[in-house]
Amino acid sequence: MSSLDIWMRENPLAYVWLGSYAVAFLIFAIEIAMVIHKRKITLQQVRLMREAEDEARDDKSGENN
Amino acid sequence: MAINWFKYSAPTTFYGLAGKLIPWFAASSAILFVAGLYIGFAVAPADYQQGEFYRIIFIHVPASILSMFLYLVMAGYAALGLIFNTRLSAMMATAIAPTGALFAFISLWTGALWGKPMWGAWWVWDARLTSELILLFLYLGFIALHASIDDPRRADRASALLAIVGSVNVPIIYFSVKWWNTLHQGSTIKFSGTSMHVAMQQAMFTVLAACWLYAIAVVLARVRSIILERERNTTWINELPEVRS
Repeated sequence: MSSLDIWMRENPLAYVWLGSYAVAFLIFAIEIAMVIHKRKITLQQVRLMREAEDEARDDKSGENN
Repeated sequence: MAINWFKYSAPTTFYGLAGKLIPWFAASSAILFVAGLYIGFAVAPADYQQGEFYRIIFIHVPASILSMFLYLVMAGYAALGLIFNTRLSAMMATAIAPTGALFAFISLWTGALWGKPMWGAWWVWDARLTSELILLFLYLGFIALHASIDDPRRADRASALLAIVGSVNVPIIYFSVKWWNTLHQGSTIKFSGTSMHVAMQQAMFTVLAACWLYAIAVVLARVRSIILERERNTTWINELPEVRS
């Protein structure tokens, strides 16, 4: 019997919590962080594109004047 | 008053609706997680054979159910996108895939954690376990195929085919414990009844509802980013308050 086997038999609740629930909630937290990050990055890209378009439009109208 | 549901099949209207719904789904999910874990760990008794180890069931079963259900929803959206060429359906399928893959991973991980004290092994090439592993690979294949094609509409069509063909694996996972002689136990909850303690059932179904609401919240948040990305050249995106600020 390995030391992990002995530990899990002596601490079943700690094994269940640390092994499955902590891991599952860590995965959920990483997923939420990734979704928030993706939203920030996408918004940033869209804003930059909009600003570039506005600048190009301003330059064009300046040239025409 | 009749509601025109088709109105929400357009990214323009769905974007705003999703933004309003996300906090409700997220808050309900958090409350149900706390309630479910309280019932599961403080109210539900220990199992007479498995002792405390059985408590993995409260995350293992909901994660497994959702991994299969999300795949069917993803394949359904992918099929809708392929048949009717609707933009939002394909975006929804793309948004569901990572969450489904994570639930499949949690199902396999918690299953291994449960298998070690009960079977004496982290993994066996059992029909249920192997078909669930194939489900994870199908999710990863869908994500990889979609990411490998630059044109989003072509990527949608190619990955939709994979999603539809792969959906044959879901009934195989579900019926694997009936069709083959497996180490994995059969269904505990059946239409004819169950031998489970009522507190165990309450905890399991509460965490299942929590996971379901969590998945909806995360998918809606992800699909909003996908809509932003794909519709970035349209006027309505440029007029959004979050883009203008």
